[in-house]
Amino acid sequence: MSTPALLSIRNLGKRFPGVVALDGVDFTVRPGEIHALLGENGAGKSTLIKVLTGVYSADSGEIRLGEKRIALKAPKEAEREGISTVYQEVNLVPSLSVAENITLGRQPGRFGLLDWRGIRARARAALARLEIECDVEAELGSLSIAHQQMVALARALDTSARLLILDEPTASLDEREVEELFAVMRRLRATGMGIVFVTHFLDQVYAICDRITVLRNGRLVGEYLSSQLPRLELVGKMLGRDVTAADSAKAGPAVVNPGRPPVLAARQLGRRGGVSPLDLTLHAGEVVGLGGLLGSGRTETARLLFGVDQADEGKIRVGENEVVFSTPRDAVRRHLAFCSEDRKTEGILPNLSVRENLIVALQGKRGLLRPLRRAEQEKLCDHYIRALRIKTSTPETPIKHLSGGNQQKVLLARWLATQPVLIILDEPTRGIDIGAKQEIEHLIARLRAEGLAVLFISSEVDEMIRNCSRILVLRERRPAGVLADDSLTPGRLIALMAGTLDAS
Amino acid sequence: MPPEQKRNLSPLVWPLAGLCALVLINVAFDPAFLSLSSIDGKLYGTPIDILTQGSRTMLVALGMTLVIATGGVDLSVGSVVAIAGAVCAMLLQTGHSLALTLAAAVGAGLLAGSINGALVAWIGVQPIVATLILMVAGRGVAQLIVEGQVVVISNPAFDFVANGFVVGLPFAPLLVFALYGLAHCGLRHTSLGLFVEAVGDNETASRFAGLAATKVKGFAYLFCGACAGLAGVMVAANIKAADSYRAGENMELDAIFAVVVGGTALTGGRFLLFGTAIGALLIQTLTSTMYNLGVPPAVAPVPKALLIVMVAWLQSERTSRWLRGLVKRKAAA
Repeated sequence: MSTPALLSIRNLGKRFPGVVALDGVDFTVRPGEIHALLGENGAGKSTLIKVLTGVYSADSGEIRLGEKRIALKAPKEAEREGISTVYQEVNLVPSLSVAENITLGRQPGRFGLLDWRGIRARARAALARLEIECDVEAELGSLSIAHQQMVALARALDTSARLLILDEPTASLDEREVEELFAVMRRLRATGMGIVFVTHFLDQVYAICDRITVLRNGRLVGEYLSSQLPRLELVGKMLGRDVTAADSAKAGPAVVNPGRPPVLAARQLGRRGGVSPLDLTLHAGEVVGLGGLLGSGRTETARLLFGVDQADEGKIRVGENEVVFSTPRDAVRRHLAFCSEDRKTEGILPNLSVRENLIVALQGKRGLLRPLRRAEQEKLCDHYIRALRIKTSTPETPIKHLSGGNQQKVLLARWLATQPVLIILDEPTRGIDIGAKQEIEHLIARLRAEGLAVLFISSEVDEMIRNCSRILVLRERRPAGVLADDSLTPGRLIALMAGTLDAS
Repeated sequence: MPPEQKRNLSPLVWPLAGLCALVLINVAFDPAFLSLSSIDGKLYGTPIDILTQGSRTMLVALGMTLVIATGGVDLSVGSVVAIAGAVCAMLLQTGHSLALTLAAAVGAGLLAGSINGALVAWIGVQPIVATLILMVAGRGVAQLIVEGQVVVISNPAFDFVANGFVVGLPFAPLLVFALYGLAHCGLRHTSLGLFVEAVGDNETASRFAGLAATKVKGFAYLFCGACAGLAGVMVAANIKAADSYRAGENMELDAIFAVVVGGTALTGGRFLLFGTAIGALLIQTLTSTMYNLGVPPAVAPVPKALLIVMVAWLQSERTSRWLRGLVKRKAAA
């Protein structure tokens, strides 16, 4: 080791009742490097980060920052030691201004009075350091998620940070925004800061990281120079198994029975301020993709189809019947299902158990007076926990204690339990690890074979190509074209999304 | 990753422990505290008084539990109690039957609940503001009904609601316990309880899962109104009068206390019906204790406040972590 380490963790252990989250983990970050921390769900990444940021305290092992041994008891202490964190989900106050968010908890002021000019100046300086253009007096909630993320980053760097932890900062950013973030990261690296980067996008790992540490099931797999670890090998280490080449194959055309009416047909469906009128048809046994960049109107379309928002023009037919959905409840009754992209606010019931989260949609469909007996609920739970390999200590564990990927699987199970004819999956693999991603893709293939219609929304081009037999691409909230069969290639998809190809 | 997956203690333990402690304190000061006597085949004694007096708060708190579980609050219950009492006085005075009177009183509660429910669930007014309207206006309505008078009610059958005995046991607490049992079955043996908890835990997600969140919330306020209406009957029967100024005064606060002390979080979600019952009895026991100890009524809220702070402290996540740490350290030593 030539350069002295900025952060060195030795033999870190942390256990929770029933689970060993970290087992003798070593982790080293040198100054001026970007270090990827990778692993599946439940590998221990989040726990490691929470120990590093003082949210949890470790059971054993030591953490050194520079020469100094530290024991963090609160997030505030971590900040004081120079460890700053930006989390996956923006943890800021949407109703406060950008400036207030950046300086919250450390506002300059005298005699208990706030120095507003100082606050704004400090916020501007923090943003300028990252070369971000932003009105510091704007309400944070009015900004795009990407900009909110940048504000979170500016907040993290407002303190004199030596070590920056980025926990999936790119999950909701589009490509250009990711590039902006990377530029900032490179600049920070040049100043000698150590950056821990947690992500599920392997492209990004290879684009920016110097070193990679892989964890699996709470144990250290190894530390590697990213230039010396081929991608396939990395994935193998993360999964603890070989990744077969078949996994990147194309879905192939759907086997559709032309005699039967489509499961869902939308004609000129649109909403002012949402999406321009578009046509969409889904047959049983077909996975149709809804592609486009962030903000292209994919989620808006899904919300129209499911009755979350009401269309102000166009028609929807489900099977033989023309329908008007004024609430999601109407759509559920027509055997539609919608896994929202926003797990936290639109998906989980955080304090309720896995079992309750799993049966709630089915129970809602059955209604008040036909409750599922407890034994039936448990049978259903056991079935899906096994079928989807949901990792939970018991079905009665509150779902908020599960990792993101497992929460997602419970939500999938929630909808599968209602036996839908059409399931809309909005970014089902976002923020979850590769293993769970693969399992969800296998599941999609299985559902398709069982005759379900799937509307698949994703930002990942490869994922779209792998899973969909047809893709409707949206651009700037209007339909840009449809790709199917031979025209369905990554190059064409990207070009259509970007607007450099006219597929007519 | 789960910091604590096991629930070591039932959430009912703390309110129960508090109730027991309070009873023990009383017994220490007055060994006869728990003694019961039977006169003419009817049971009398301090515990019976507490049950009878506490039954009204218990009933109001029953409805409040559901409203709080949906993430709301109903401040108007005290005024609804006054309205229901006024309705009773007016109808009995004009010679209407008891059955009609009771139905009208509960109906008045349902009407109040439907107004609250409409404001909160359909129009989307914040629960505190929405129910504050009826809290303030409701007392005015009650005074309008009885034209500003305290109307004395002399009807033996009506009196039975508050002071009657069934096979030697007081009727009012029996009725309220029965209603708790019914509510428990109605909530836990249908899926209503799950829907209430789901809506309270995450309303948006519940809507996405296809639940009729608006109706669930509306129902909670309706139920709460009905409970308050019936409690109004019991209050009027107890004092044998409709006092539109004082009836149900501060009852909303006692009910909210009872719910919170019973272990249901004000943020909504999980609710504990029987916790609420225990909470209401705890508050009533405290009131009686202070009465027995000769604490002037004006000072009485102070110990009440202390008790609530203590229970809230015991229920907090941080305290339970600290306590668990203590136990662990002791075990290690």
